[in-house]
Amino acid sequence: MKFSIYRYNPEKDSKPYMQDYEVVLQSTDRMLLDAILRIKALDDSLSLRKSCREGVCGSDGMNINGRNGLACITPLAGLTEPVVLRPLPGLPVIRDLIVDMSQFFKQYQSVKPYLVTHSPAPQKERHQSPQDREELDGLYECILCACCSTACPSFWWNPDKFLGPAALLQAYRFIADTRDESTRERLDDLEDPYRLFRCHTIMSCAEVCPKGLNPTAAIGKIKAEMVKRMV
Amino acid sequence: MVKRIVVGAHYGLRDWLVQRITALIMALYTLLAVLVVLIKHPQGASAWRGLLQVPVVRIATFVFVLSLCWHAWVGIRDILMDYVKPVGWRLFGEVAVILVLLSEVLWAAEILWG
Repeated sequence: MKFSIYRYNPEKDSKPYMQDYEVVLQSTDRMLLDAILRIKALDDSLSLRKSCREGVCGSDGMNINGRNGLACITPLAGLTEPVVLRPLPGLPVIRDLIVDMSQFFKQYQSVKPYLVTHSPAPQKERHQSPQDREELDGLYECILCACCSTACPSFWWNPDKFLGPAALLQAYRFIADTRDESTRERLDDLEDPYRLFRCHTIMSCAEVCPKGLNPTAAIGKIKAEMVKRMV
Repeated sequence: MVKRIVVGAHYGLRDWLVQRITALIMALYTLLAVLVVLIKHPQGASAWRGLLQVPVVRIATFVFVLSLCWHAWVGIRDILMDYVKPVGWRLFGEVAVILVLLSEVLWAAEILWG
């Protein structure tokens, strides 16, 4: 199978280039990651992140034939050759397919992705009804692979000011949580022209999410909460 | 001056809402305008002038122009925010856009009532 892979080692290369590979696959190779590991066995200078190899850790996010996704859960069968692999767009490249995710995590941390409470802690735990818990479905499953944020043109333009779909999905996850007691502060924090409102409903995020989540819908719900509060 | 990312101006929601509401107003006006033209068939300058003499048409048209300019302001500022990074140039661009849009509103008022 033929591959064309983005290569860049800032210590040696003056600029990035695409390198072609041809690799013989075994019958057990089903996912793109299997093939990349075959290539790595041929050329150990190729760098990438990977860990769980089953779509849970979110390490091997990359741009596959122009579309962001996780190599470990992308079936080889559906890919057209040569398979063009590039690092996630819009983030600084450290080496080959490895990007610097600092900006992405900074935005994630800025939404306070944890319960903020003011009332005294109960004896055992804070309860939630099954119905209230249901609202968190489609939000908590995010694995922070950054496929969505790096597919978002608004995030490419303003990665320092616009939170990006992943962080906004998490922002709504805590706005939606009935146990959280700082909804007002959370909405205040997002009511500015950059952090949330750079989103122009392009919907690339929902299109590429390897977990099938819909950040655009979550952003819409945050807007609805804001309007509800305003009028 | 320290180099720090500053965010938190509180007009994100307002402008987003304004853009949606003005879009609705413009869509409604366009629909009504097409209907009026289809029904009335104004031929020649005097017929158009007569149509715009009706107070309701005048006011609706002016509300449409206001909506258009306000809508355009939010949209053009979005573009300036994305592409013009130096604060001084952006402010210059925003003021220029405001002046152009404001003069267009006044011009429309002059045409409608002048």
